[in-house]
Amino acid sequence: MSPTVTTSSEANNNVSAATARAAAKAAVEAEKTGPQTITLAKALNTAMADAMHADDSVLVFGEDVGMLGGVFRITDGLTKTFGQSRCFDTPLAESGIVGMAVGMAMNGMRPVIEMQFDAFAYPAFEQIVSHVAKMHNRTKGTVKLPIVIRVPYAGGIGGVEHHCDSSEAYYAHTAGLKVFTPATVADGYRMLREAIDSDDPVMFMEPKKLYWSKDQVDLDALRAEHAANTERGTSSEGRAAVARPGTDATLIAYGPSVPTALAAAAAAAEEGRSLEVIDVRSIVPFDDETVCASVRKTGRAVVIAEAHGFASVASEIVARVQERCFHHLAAPIRRVTGFDVPYPAPKLEHYYLPGVDRILDAVDDLQWED
Amino acid sequence: MTISADHTAQQPAAGRATSPTADNTAASENAASEAVRKFGITVEDYMLPARHPIQIVGPDGALNAHTEQGAQPGHEYGLPGDAELMAAYEQLVVGRRVNDQNSALVRQGRMAVYPSSHGQEACQVAAALCLSDGDWMFPTYRDSVAVMARGVDPVQTMTLFRGDWHGGYDPAKHKVGIQCTPLTTQLLHAVGVAHAAKLRGEDTVVLAMCGDGATSEGDFHEALNFAAVFHLPVVFFVQNNQYAISVPLAHQSVAPSLAHKAVGYGMAGERVDGNDIVALLAVLGRAVKLARDGSGPLLVEAHTYRMQAHTNADDATRYRQDSEVAEWVAKDPLSRMKTYLTERGLLDDDGAARIAEKAETVAAQLREGLGEDVPVDPQDLFKYVFSAPTPQLKEQSAMLADELARDAASATTSEESAR
Repeated sequence: MSPTVTTSSEANNNVSAATARAAAKAAVEAEKTGPQTITLAKALNTAMADAMHADDSVLVFGEDVGMLGGVFRITDGLTKTFGQSRCFDTPLAESGIVGMAVGMAMNGMRPVIEMQFDAFAYPAFEQIVSHVAKMHNRTKGTVKLPIVIRVPYAGGIGGVEHHCDSSEAYYAHTAGLKVFTPATVADGYRMLREAIDSDDPVMFMEPKKLYWSKDQVDLDALRAEHAANTERGTSSEGRAAVARPGTDATLIAYGPSVPTALAAAAAAAEEGRSLEVIDVRSIVPFDDETVCASVRKTGRAVVIAEAHGFASVASEIVARVQERCFHHLAAPIRRVTGFDVPYPAPKLEHYYLPGVDRILDAVDDLQWED
Repeated sequence: MTISADHTAQQPAAGRATSPTADNTAASENAASEAVRKFGITVEDYMLPARHPIQIVGPDGALNAHTEQGAQPGHEYGLPGDAELMAAYEQLVVGRRVNDQNSALVRQGRMAVYPSSHGQEACQVAAALCLSDGDWMFPTYRDSVAVMARGVDPVQTMTLFRGDWHGGYDPAKHKVGIQCTPLTTQLLHAVGVAHAAKLRGEDTVVLAMCGDGATSEGDFHEALNFAAVFHLPVVFFVQNNQYAISVPLAHQSVAPSLAHKAVGYGMAGERVDGNDIVALLAVLGRAVKLARDGSGPLLVEAHTYRMQAHTNADDATRYRQDSEVAEWVAKDPLSRMKTYLTERGLLDDDGAARIAEKAETVAAQLREGLGEDVPVDPQDLFKYVFSAPTPQLKEQSAMLADELARDAASATTSEESAR
């Protein structure tokens, strides 16, 4: 497999020597084989670079994604490696970015576009809902839109207002959009490659508080896995994962809430309670099978999500599970979600966010004495 | 608009094909000065529309004096060739017949709705004829005649309005976007198609169509700005038919003209009599040529009039006077062209009869195609949401199939018991 990030030969004069040194160091790091510690940000960056190496029609554009490498640096080095025609900045207009991506996809490209922050994607809502989601349907499948819309989402980073929205329900509610959200470093790579490969549009929800989370992953092994999946025509798309096995109750979480759920399960284990944690991964399509298998096994469930609970993805999961698992349930399914208030200011967000204690309280309420 | 039709833009965007943004800054700084250098006219002559809409043939069918056709520097237009004019006239007559046939089919309940372009046929036909085979068109819901004139099957074009699906033709095959009902969203799709083509080094031009009301939408602004910044070969074609359903132009914009909006994006604007197909062919033809030669995007505003209500569901008498409509009847695009071509000796009774017959053939095709009860397949609901149905859609599809099977079974049972 080819190295994934910048090569020094492409460094241009505008780049400072320090940046060039950093890029060269990054390139060396990326060439290392075997398990290495990398961030989710790096995994996402590598996935885009690999996809761009593999297919000339993959383009990356958005606001500040060029020389800056994105405000979260997820597109770092792509312009230098692939040139201005493959990774470029657009005028500051989200509807324009998505609308242009629609036309590019109609004309043979596979755009991977970045919405700078969750709430800044709202100006693009009409393009996403009326065109991205529906073009395949309106044209009876003759026009496919292989677009990935990357959305850094959710809070926990002390961001100011409009920078911390959990907007996944808007997209999940819209027929014709796939909605993925990775929670692990490896899934960052795996799922973004699969999203770019998808002939359907994908809302790729990136938990921004996990961008700098680290894990030991073997990028070459992930590349080999992707190649093997491509060969076989298989993928991990639409499948939930058991993030931690357990027997007493199931915690169902996605994106930024998965590490919180895992922390809660670890705390519960110390008290002698074995909690299984399911990482939903793909909100659309939803993996009823894996989720329900777990709940049928444990008989109890708590759904955890940062978004407001009312009319939310968490609500949908509760409804689906009780429809399918009612006779296996020992207690009503509980939700631990954000409150139904606008996302709070930084000094208040820890009251709002689902935390370990709130999750354990909900677990305690699952009628254990009955 | 910048030059007489014989000029060729020099250095047609050399080097940009592979690097659209490397020279963004330079492109926006130089758009005006580049035109000045290329064409030897002032920035104002390049950017600003002509002082009056370009008109070559007047409402009475007489050719305007050359000095009145458009004689300002940067706005000099030549007369299209006879064959082109005859082909355009034929399409005009067909377009009018299509509009009136479709309105009749709506009244007969054969179509759910039809936004007629009656009175705007010159714009419709010119929009189709100015493009080459490899070019793309992005039409609105009122541009069915343009879609047909581009070569899409009339009955397929009408599928959207017949109500059995949202679209009836393959946009990629015909290089015609699906007719768009949200306003101006399609302009950005046009920009994207042009951008992709440019990245591959293709010489595709994209015609992006909208109406006067649509120029108030945010996507109008974003599309023009994106096209200008990326220096893309898009011709924005605004049919200013004076009304956005009921709201007159004065409530949409107080710009000197809609064509003047181009200046703010660093592109050239032009305005043209939208009921004069000779002027439209000249102006759009030149815009397409300039775009193809690398001059970047252009904006053309056509002054026309929506002779009929917005749709059959609208009552135009609530917001406009019959006298105003009557004024525009006198400016009809068909009658002036018929007079002009007849006076020129290009059109005689035989020719007119042949064209009328062609129009009747298309009308008959529409009557037959839309008179047919096309069976709809309820399972189509689930087939095209994604490339492959999700487990949830498979469940829902099975549920509907089961419902229908039980309905069919109970219908059979009650039939039997009735016997």
